[in-house]
Amino acid sequence: MNKLKKYASTRSGRDTLLSFGIVIVAFIVVQTLVLTGSLSSSMKGLLVPICSYIIMAVSLNLTVGILGELSLGHAGFMSVGAFAGIVVTTSLADTVPSGTVRLILAIIVGAICAAIAGVIVGVPVLRLKGDYLAIVTLAFGEIIKNIINVLYVGKDASGLHFSILEQKFELAEGGKMIINGPMGVSGVSKLSSFTAGFVLILITLFIILNLINSRAGRAIMSVRDNKIAADSIGISTTHYKLMAFVISAAFAGMAGALYAMNYSTITAAKFDFNTSILILVFVVLGGLGNIWGSIIAATLLTLLPELLRAVNTYRMLIYAILLIAMMLFNNSSLKQRLLEKRGMKQMRKLEQQEKGGA
Amino acid sequence: MAMLEVTSLGISFGGLRAVDELSMKIEEGGLVGLIGPNGAGKTTVFNMLTGVYRPTDGGIRLDGQNLIGKKPHDICKMGVARTFQNIRLFSNLSVLDNVKTGLHNEITYTLAESLLHIGSYRKKERAMDGRAMELLEVFDLVSVADYKAANLPYGKQRKLEIARALATDPKLLLLDEPAAGMNPNETEELMETIELVRKKFGVTVLLIEHDMKLVSGICEYLYVLNFGRLLAEGTPSEVLSNPEVVTAYLGE
Repeated sequence: MNKLKKYASTRSGRDTLLSFGIVIVAFIVVQTLVLTGSLSSSMKGLLVPICSYIIMAVSLNLTVGILGELSLGHAGFMSVGAFAGIVVTTSLADTVPSGTVRLILAIIVGAICAAIAGVIVGVPVLRLKGDYLAIVTLAFGEIIKNIINVLYVGKDASGLHFSILEQKFELAEGGKMIINGPMGVSGVSKLSSFTAGFVLILITLFIILNLINSRAGRAIMSVRDNKIAADSIGISTTHYKLMAFVISAAFAGMAGALYAMNYSTITAAKFDFNTSILILVFVVLGGLGNIWGSIIAATLLTLLPELLRAVNTYRMLIYAILLIAMMLFNNSSLKQRLLEKRGMKQMRKLEQQEKGGA
Repeated sequence: MAMLEVTSLGISFGGLRAVDELSMKIEEGGLVGLIGPNGAGKTTVFNMLTGVYRPTDGGIRLDGQNLIGKKPHDICKMGVARTFQNIRLFSNLSVLDNVKTGLHNEITYTLAESLLHIGSYRKKERAMDGRAMELLEVFDLVSVADYKAANLPYGKQRKLEIARALATDPKLLLLDEPAAGMNPNETEELMETIELVRKKFGVTVLLIEHDMKLVSGICEYLYVLNFGRLLAEGTPSEVLSNPEVVTAYLGE
């Protein structure tokens, strides 16, 4: 108990406990609501998307909050994971009967493919700085979307067939189109569940919070705080920038696979610039570098349009006003003062010590 | 053989010759000062020594190994650490974490161990904490170990920067105006700390300084730079009685 108290008194310990606590409590509450039947079906339909968005927000926070580079193309990695996952689950439908195993495989392959995309995008992009980097990630996000939009994948007895721009292969009898260009995917078996989403969030939190509190995490944050100083103490800044970017992309891929497996039809257009911005809004609203903030912001902002259905006509107007209000509060002097209290306390204590000592 | 050998070092930025024909030799264990008026090119020399700038000509050798063309983080691994004129701390990290970041290449474990906190993670982190606290103790920063670096007063930030540089276990420590912005008391204290650091860590020190009291008080040998060229060199008393140096500093 004392050990726990001591752990909770450190900043990183508090963040870890809060993040896990929020997720576990929310899971129990929602499960109870589901079991007692007090959750509407539209709400139930939001459970898996919320889980995916939480993972998206937490992983984007690694790039934006921890590494300190603005990325506007995070949805691109989500779509790589989503479609890679769909190819896996559809092509293994006969050989692997267990839905759970197929979902796990889809998530793993989705993460690997998104990580590879992360390397391909990251190597050129991370040479840039600030606004330029942001704009180029935006462009890459759109490129990924457009490539998947013209991607044709089919499967028949002889294996998988790929082509781009138009369907250049003929499927043998009994073959099946998996990704059908701009028509996207249809007839996906729904494998995702709220429990799967919950477990995936726990894994994401475990790994990302571990990373932050480790040698690699400190190196990443040192690059954010002062690149020149990080270089001067022997940290390869390009290496750690790429590492953070790729890990972030891998988790976006996982979230994408989870998300895609929740719908029977899905198109590349779902993962466009708007989605990237939506995720960025979660991260900024929750606070840069604040993991539990991302969790709460992703949940609230996904639920909000649904909760506002009662006032349907003004729904989006109210949503926008609330968003502006929350952002204003987040940036207000009131909140700043609340946050800075701790810093001020430290400063004052130091001053007193020095006066006392002198 | 000298530990650091700089031979006819020069760098041009466009048409501007910032440093020209600079040669220096620093023996192991020495405490050497690099002085000169504002804009003489002192910090540029540091930036060339640490790989931030690539010299246009000349050579830099550390224990016989060439440093030219090496990346800053590789030069650090070879044993050169530095502080900055305008303090560059990791301001959002705690004081302890700043020093632990300095130990990055001293105590290492793999990425998998970082992500999963398995294997030697706990042991190595504890070793890092121990080493970092030892360093903080030397600089009297133990009581503020869990403060955010940005919340420290100026003098303590300077000390923390030196502690972080020492964490990389350097052979050669470059201090860029360590006493800038300090009051006479703090300067006095800093001089003692630099002496202590040199003895305790067996590190060779090259420092840039404006404060003549500090320079003549602790440096064994001085190089005077003016307009990017070496104006004079020698022991502090020799250099400070050199009429050219006095003119450069005080004007005709």
